[in-house]
Amino acid sequence: MPTRTLTPGGGVTERALVIDPGQRIPGRAAGFPLRREGPAKLTGVAKYTDDLVFPGAWYGITIRSTEARAKLIAIEPDPDVDWSKVVIATAADIPGDNIVASIKDDQPVLVPIGGEIRHHAEPVALLAAPDRETLRRLKGRIKLVTEPLRPVFDPEQSEHVFAHYDVKAGDLALGFAGADLIVEGTYRVGHQEQLYIENNAMIAVPGEDGGIIIHGSLQCPYYVHTALKRALRLTPVQARVIQEETGGGFGGKEEYPSMIALHASLLALKAKRPVRMIYDRHEDISATTKRHPAIVRHRTGVTKDGLLVAQDIEVVMDGGAYCTLTPVVLSRGVLHAGGPYRCPNVRLRGRATRTNTPPNGAFRGFGAPQTEFAAEMQLNRIAERLGMSPAELRRRNVYRLSDTTPTGQVLKESVAGEEVLEQALGASHFERIRERTAREASERRGAGIVPPDPLRSHDRRTANGIGLALAWHGAGFTGSGEVYLASVASVELTADGRLRVLTANTEMGQGTKTVFPQMVANELGVPVDWVEYAPQDTAEVLDSGPTVASRTVMVVGGLVILAARKLKAEVEARHAGVPFHEAFRDDARANGATRIDQQFEPYPGVEFDDATYTGDAYPAFGWAAAVASVEVDLDTAEVFVRDVIAVDDVGKVIHPILCEGQVEGGTLQAVGYATIEEMKLHDGKYLNDRLATYLIPTALDAPHIRAILVEAPFSGAPHGAKGVGELPMDVAAPAVVAAIHDATGVWIHELPATPERILAAMHEPGLIGVMERPS
Amino acid sequence: MSAYRFLVNGSPAQVDVPGMRRLLDVLREELGLTGTKEGCGEGECGACSVLLDGQVVDACLVPVCQVEGRIVRTVEGLSLAARERGDLDTLQEAFLDHGAAQCGICTPGMLMAARAYLDAGGGPDDGAIREAIAGNLCRCTGYTKIVDAIAAVATPLD
Repeated sequence: MPTRTLTPGGGVTERALVIDPGQRIPGRAAGFPLRREGPAKLTGVAKYTDDLVFPGAWYGITIRSTEARAKLIAIEPDPDVDWSKVVIATAADIPGDNIVASIKDDQPVLVPIGGEIRHHAEPVALLAAPDRETLRRLKGRIKLVTEPLRPVFDPEQSEHVFAHYDVKAGDLALGFAGADLIVEGTYRVGHQEQLYIENNAMIAVPGEDGGIIIHGSLQCPYYVHTALKRALRLTPVQARVIQEETGGGFGGKEEYPSMIALHASLLALKAKRPVRMIYDRHEDISATTKRHPAIVRHRTGVTKDGLLVAQDIEVVMDGGAYCTLTPVVLSRGVLHAGGPYRCPNVRLRGRATRTNTPPNGAFRGFGAPQTEFAAEMQLNRIAERLGMSPAELRRRNVYRLSDTTPTGQVLKESVAGEEVLEQALGASHFERIRERTAREASERRGAGIVPPDPLRSHDRRTANGIGLALAWHGAGFTGSGEVYLASVASVELTADGRLRVLTANTEMGQGTKTVFPQMVANELGVPVDWVEYAPQDTAEVLDSGPTVASRTVMVVGGLVILAARKLKAEVEARHAGVPFHEAFRDDARANGATRIDQQFEPYPGVEFDDATYTGDAYPAFGWAAAVASVEVDLDTAEVFVRDVIAVDDVGKVIHPILCEGQVEGGTLQAVGYATIEEMKLHDGKYLNDRLATYLIPTALDAPHIRAILVEAPFSGAPHGAKGVGELPMDVAAPAVVAAIHDATGVWIHELPATPERILAAMHEPGLIGVMERPS
Repeated sequence: MSAYRFLVNGSPAQVDVPGMRRLLDVLREELGLTGTKEGCGEGECGACSVLLDGQVVDACLVPVCQVEGRIVRTVEGLSLAARERGDLDTLQEAFLDHGAAQCGICTPGMLMAARAYLDAGGGPDDGAIREAIAGNLCRCTGYTKIVDAIAAVATPLD
């Protein structure tokens, strides 16, 4: 299938095949539905978890550890307090396994007596009371008696390995032997907080059947469902999970909500009434998961023409205190570590280890932003060594059709690395602006002032820079993930003649509630308003898998389309010659309900061997390029990111406005990651665990972001879509850091590129380990 | 406890609560106006922005004793005057059309900050709009479509 490009403002490119200028003017998207739950959100009617009222509900809080590692000896409520009016729950109250079900069974719901506290802010006991004032008063009256143990904070020193991978292709020694230049580099990235604006929130209501009903802010109803069944020993019917309006997730509400739901449930079962467990911002930042910090080491061999001939890459990720989703995060990180570039001789090694910090988990990009930052930094430094434009070096190495990745995956279709690169270069006038910034830099130097006081030689206090980055993002779950999930999504014609889409996939701002009905309506040939989206309630919908990995539109959207096609065919077969939109109401009256449950079937020709880690690591890849322009204050090293052009190939654009929204929002999160978002730790405790101290970009910090959407369809999905959510997160941070280099002449090897780091680098150049092959 | 009286979205309200109770809690829990959200509780995120005598304030930082006799406007009061099409006023409609609301949790506060800016005669200038909403954090949109939506409303029709 051909590639086409949609550009905003009517800038139709040569290669664009289809474009309706009417679609692209800002404002109402002609032909595309408005956000379905938009009016409710805009009028304040939409109910988020904390907006729900349950008469007689109590409030619950969590008593947490204040040490990074210790043995729990006793939990001692103050004997001078009358505890009869409140409820305390500990590990002893857990009816089933004291486990938060995830990949490994290592994380307890509550640390048991005699057990090990493994991180600061770890849940140890729970307290519920009729009002918050009582909770505030009593919270400090429960004493934890502990024996300190020696913590480990350095992931490279930790001996406990959660997961490791070793991917090899070609002959590394031969590759380096044939290289004209060998470049080495070490890159580091820190924690990043998802910082959804709605904090975690969960309300547990005891059911009449001895079970529990959860109302919560969450991404994956069936993850919570599984956790409830395991720890509370409930049947599938007794455990019921209902997702309420969710104010952002970004991966942060992928696994941790299971923990909070269990806590609220334990209190609700013991208090025999609904319990509200609503985190405040401080607790949310202190205790919940972050993006994994990583150390990435590169050794790269290139020819003098700039062709990559050897890549030896080692990734070390800090998993924090419990496994959570770490093996899968590491896997994605390792598989993306080489960047979107062809190289015949490759070794990708990765390990993730346990440390005594709060556990790290899912965050948009899921390991790829960490390793792709390193890959792009490395490529830029190679370009500098070769005296080659960073654009030209990428042009020479970017994957093309029929190339093979390190896992042996042949890229048979849907390869748009060159396309997104050229689009970004063209739209940004990259080379022309780069010449100008180089001229400005040489003027600064030409005035006679050179490093160590490098760039300040006249009255202008700021320097401009432009930077480029390229990325790929494996679409959907890694390896055989989708096969194991075996998701089911449904489309139903109800007995009373309504049309419904039933999936477990949640709306958290991305637009699931809008695009699923849109896709089904398109298939059925009915107005979009006729198609309902069933609530994400485990009592109503089957398990169509988690809302993660940019898989919702690609994988579940594909199932929904296939289900709609079958429904249409079935109904039309019963009413020969009558189109579905005229026949379905009569059909429901005559035949009752018709429901199609569509189960995932492996994409044809996509095979992965989990044992050897070879084959098709992903059914397809999305491709992204970003060009950032920055202004750096040469006295303070403050960075102003002015503009970002973000070009993303998503396979198929289902809804241009929502799709652009994903690109713009993901780009800004990456800009924050690159410049200001940093968690500071001391003895394993987050120091800046409030919004006053953990900063995210405001509207004034945000660059002007221009999203350009490219479509290189994936034939395995009926609509060709490959997903969009994570793609922009992979690419903007290295583009910003490249632009900082262009402005200042220094490479920042560690994110975020704070003024402190930039100033330090400006005053101490030549830190980079570069080794040339002896001739 | 004492009684505090003020005007909310054009209607008189009276609450009997401690004077230091946050306006945010009074709105959400005493008056059932849950459109105003809590994001941080310390005046950083702006999710609880409401208009107090036309000025944007963070309702989490305002004790109710300071609201006595004053006029409060929340997101629920934005569309009271809009009757012609659904229940949305022109600003809400612009947000909907431009895709300026994603997860929606910052949206009520963002709308109130935008309303104050527009009511003060703010125009379509990008920098001025960004300044006006700089106290309202959004993690979903990258702000592009929010700024576009406000600019569309601020642009005089020819």
